[in-house]
Amino acid sequence: MAGLVKSFNIKARDFNHAGEASISVQSLLKSMNYNPKLIRRIAICGYEGEMNAVMHGGDGFLRIEIDSDKLVLEVSDSGQGIEDIELAMQAGYSTANDDYREMGFGAGMGLPNMKKNADQIIVESEKGQGTQVRMIFFIKEGDMPA
Amino acid sequence: MQVKELVERFGFEVKAGNNGLDRQIKDGYCGDLLSEIMANAPQGCVWLTIQGHQNIVAVAVLREMAAIIITGGQTPDEETLQKANQENIPILLGSHSAYQLAGRLYALGVGNPQPE
Repeated sequence: MAGLVKSFNIKARDFNHAGEASISVQSLLKSMNYNPKLIRRIAICGYEGEMNAVMHGGDGFLRIEIDSDKLVLEVSDSGQGIEDIELAMQAGYSTANDDYREMGFGAGMGLPNMKKNADQIIVESEKGQGTQVRMIFFIKEGDMPA
Repeated sequence: MQVKELVERFGFEVKAGNNGLDRQIKDGYCGDLLSEIMANAPQGCVWLTIQGHQNIVAVAVLREMAAIIITGGQTPDEETLQKANQENIPILLGSHSAYQLAGRLYALGVGNPQPE
């Protein structure tokens, strides 16, 4: 079955629209009657990825690819990139500035939350070249639309 | 319990999201660290926070919360209220601290498996 692909734009530093891409993905999956637990995992991953792109990245997109056996969520931005991916994946590590921390971000939980909630995560980044995070959610029994 | 029952009982000021006042409250959660809330807040919860900036609305939508209560006398930003109206997420203001309010909500049975 050919997968359905939907992409939503993310704009760097645009807190007025931050979160909207993730909400769009959530609405789409709800309208397709996926399992609420699966949707919640995807919502967490989408939001964390989207906020990373808004705060640390450049303009980019959140993309969902819907196949019969898996959902693939991708966050891609054209920003500064991650210098040390292994370090960024560690809980508690953050490069957030004081303004972001004041808003309740910068706990160093973004990528770890994404890793915890996705079945597979692939982070690709190069300094100055942006970041791509691909998260795969395998469809299990009960996850599929009725 | 519906959000509006909570509003009546505690005399909260409804700052936004009037269209969401019939949402059902199934649980409660406290916190100001957005990633922690994203990771752990239960569905249908009322969220007690001192954060008043607009990002709290997306978190509430994505976690399918019933309402946000801004505690400690903090005031929400105008953008927050606009977004909350768009998404029908009630934003309530009260004079209580998060600690006091959480205790009273719990005693009422919100998120409490064995209410007194």
